[in-house]
Amino acid sequence: MSVRNALLALLEQGPRYGYQLRAEFEDRTGGTWPLNVGQVYTTLSRLERDGFVEGRGADGDGHVVYAVTTRGRDEVATWFSSPVPRTQPPREELAIKLALAVSVPGVDVGTVIQQQRSATMAALQDYTRLKRRATGDDPQELAWVLVLDSLVFNAEAEIRWLDHCEARLRRAAKDRDDDRRRVVSTSSTDAGRSTDAGRSTDAETEAHR
Amino acid sequence: MNAVLELDTVTRVHGEGATEVTALHQVSFTAYAGELVAVMGPSGSGKSTLLTLAGGLDSPTSGVVRVEETDLSALGQKGRAAMRRTSIGYVFQDFNLIPALTAVENVALPRELDGAGSRSARRAALAALGEVGIGDLAKRFPDEMSGGQQQRVAIARAIVGDRRLILADEPTGALDSETGEDILRLIRARCDAGAAGVLVTHEARHAAWADRVVFLRDGVIVDEAGSDRPDALLQPAR
Repeated sequence: MSVRNALLALLEQGPRYGYQLRAEFEDRTGGTWPLNVGQVYTTLSRLERDGFVEGRGADGDGHVVYAVTTRGRDEVATWFSSPVPRTQPPREELAIKLALAVSVPGVDVGTVIQQQRSATMAALQDYTRLKRRATGDDPQELAWVLVLDSLVFNAEAEIRWLDHCEARLRRAAKDRDDDRRRVVSTSSTDAGRSTDAGRSTDAETEAHR
Repeated sequence: MNAVLELDTVTRVHGEGATEVTALHQVSFTAYAGELVAVMGPSGSGKSTLLTLAGGLDSPTSGVVRVEETDLSALGQKGRAAMRRTSIGYVFQDFNLIPALTAVENVALPRELDGAGSRSARRAALAALGEVGIGDLAKRFPDEMSGGQQQRVAIARAIVGDRRLILADEPTGALDSETGEDILRLIRARCDAGAAGVLVTHEARHAAWADRVVFLRDGVIVDEAGSDRPDALLQPAR
């Protein structure tokens, strides 16, 4: 419930109306997670129903202004003092795609991985370019830089995971090859041929190291 | 825009016969003035070989390595050493500073070896240290500095005398993530100012500072990510 808690935290700084809340939320997160104003107002009315905020009537321009209640302040304090729960892993399209790619015949998993790695790297370059521009001097900018860092570290984790998948697949493929060669060399009576096969495997191992 | 570093169908084979290993296979690669290129790949993919060839520390089995249009093999041992002092800056993971020399002496050394007067070498060294933000630490010895500061000295040594090719081998490997980022900012700034940079790394977060990212696997370039150079579109396909 991050939007609900973020709005409450913003309201802690003083009464605000929906449009203001949306603008401030997007400012601090660099517009990374856009909110529509309808979503802001439904959240506010739910917060009011639960006693975390109260409507203060309309200002001169007819905007309904909301203020945080004591219960709301407690709620914000609890949010900041407890970790974000890691419950069910979110449905991850990439993990699902790779799980299927390795188990469905005829898919070139290596290409799937490299394609994704290039795309994620391009996104990572974009985030880094944005970071280069941001100086992080005032608190607002610092907030945005932290959000960017989060995107950067997530993209990096994805690339590391892809590297790991690739290494694992290559090892599995090599083990399969070795097994096949072993079968060939034990069933073959031609000693010379089996030595050659053994030698080329060694060279490959070297090259992969 | 001109090519500062050019690898033209470069192959490097180590050993021979049964133990023969191809570290790089027919790799063509160019780094232009003003751009930073990252080379990524697992251990053994050939990325360090690529960098040592580019720096003239090793020679290709076949193919040509050119730095500022000079064929490094044609130069001979002495000529390559001179090239490394004047045109090529190398930054290593473990800094490689000389412990008995102060920061400014470390940075001045390549200029002095190249025959520059010690006063002019010192002046250039101080300017380079200033450029990397540690002009005030000129008289410190390496063991009196943090890892990040030592790496700044190493970068100053790599750029002193206006060298146009910077080769960095995992330059942030020994540093924490924020200090590492400062180092990348410096290398990036040098490239923005007109140098060509090649950064070898296995960390995607660091490679992302580059304009282009080249992926190496088993000595072959398998893919490339990042923006095309605008004038690349104007060049005939090879």
